[in-house]
Amino acid sequence: MAQPQPWLLLTLVGADRPGIVAHITRVLFGVGAELGETAMMRLGNQFAIMMMVRGAGNPEEVAGLLESVRADFNLKLHVDEIDASLHQHREPDISVTVHSADRSGIVAEVTAALLEAGMNILDLRSDVGGSAEKPIYIMQIDGESSAGVEPIEQCVARFADQGLTVRVTPLETMRG
Amino acid sequence: MEPLPILTYPDDRLKAVCEPVEQFDPELREFAEHLQHTADQGPSAVGIAAPQVGRMQRLCLVDATRAKRPVDNHGPLVLINPAITNWKGFAVGREGCLSIPDYTGKVIRAETIELTAQDIEGRIVTFKMKGFEARIAQHEIDHLDGILFLDRLVSRHADLRER
Repeated sequence: MAQPQPWLLLTLVGADRPGIVAHITRVLFGVGAELGETAMMRLGNQFAIMMMVRGAGNPEEVAGLLESVRADFNLKLHVDEIDASLHQHREPDISVTVHSADRSGIVAEVTAALLEAGMNILDLRSDVGGSAEKPIYIMQIDGESSAGVEPIEQCVARFADQGLTVRVTPLETMRG
Repeated sequence: MEPLPILTYPDDRLKAVCEPVEQFDPELREFAEHLQHTADQGPSAVGIAAPQVGRMQRLCLVDATRAKRPVDNHGPLVLINPAITNWKGFAVGREGCLSIPDYTGKVIRAETIELTAQDIEGRIVTFKMKGFEARIAQHEIDHLDGILFLDRLVSRHADLRER
């Protein structure tokens, strides 16, 4: 039995406009490619795609297949072979939400503290809201903490003196 | 005792509305025990519903004592013909399902509920539940109506405060 082709990770970025996802996936579907996990979102005015794909050839062949759509939408495309597999989900057991007036260093300082406290980040999303004159920074992190909530709470407590509001919430997946 | 086979999505029986239980007899008690034994074999299950093993009747188990962190609870419960009579507040929480392996997602549930049901002897019982136990009950009662947590998914970044 033939081994399945390895997963490729496609990253695509370009000015957001309708049709990017439909056109890219139509090409891949047309050659019998398999899609795995994907994440797509608008960042700034750009649309960013990360997509696991296999069965459409090697990275150069996939880039060739997508060249027409890439050019039409003026996208930046990158394809890497990755050592990945499906059904490797991990469940977060802790959530950390951070907000404050925007300033440089929030992500670096908070994530360094979380690392020090034993938290492994599984998902991070941050955004800048407010106004151009008074921007605010909001960050939501889900992760796993082998030592529980208390070390995380102790570790982030120091940020209160720096004007950051940090909320730590234990998560438990209900399964039934 | 062998665990009962658990139906997995997209089995059509998981989408069916279940019939009320009318016979409260030793066979029903035996089934409830068998169902509990089946849930015990799964990965950290805190509840299970009869249709998940192909028995299309309105019976489910709720056991918040199995939560990783202690939560308010009424102990292990067998809920037969349950009906939610009141609900209040909302909370986002992550759910998984024995019938949907390898996937979890965020779902909004009522924060507190009141429900009425029958116990394994057919006696009417009522409960006021909150938090995690209320979430379990809502998830399991949904099964009796052919509703899966997949039908109630909200954005993975939804962030109503957990209580």
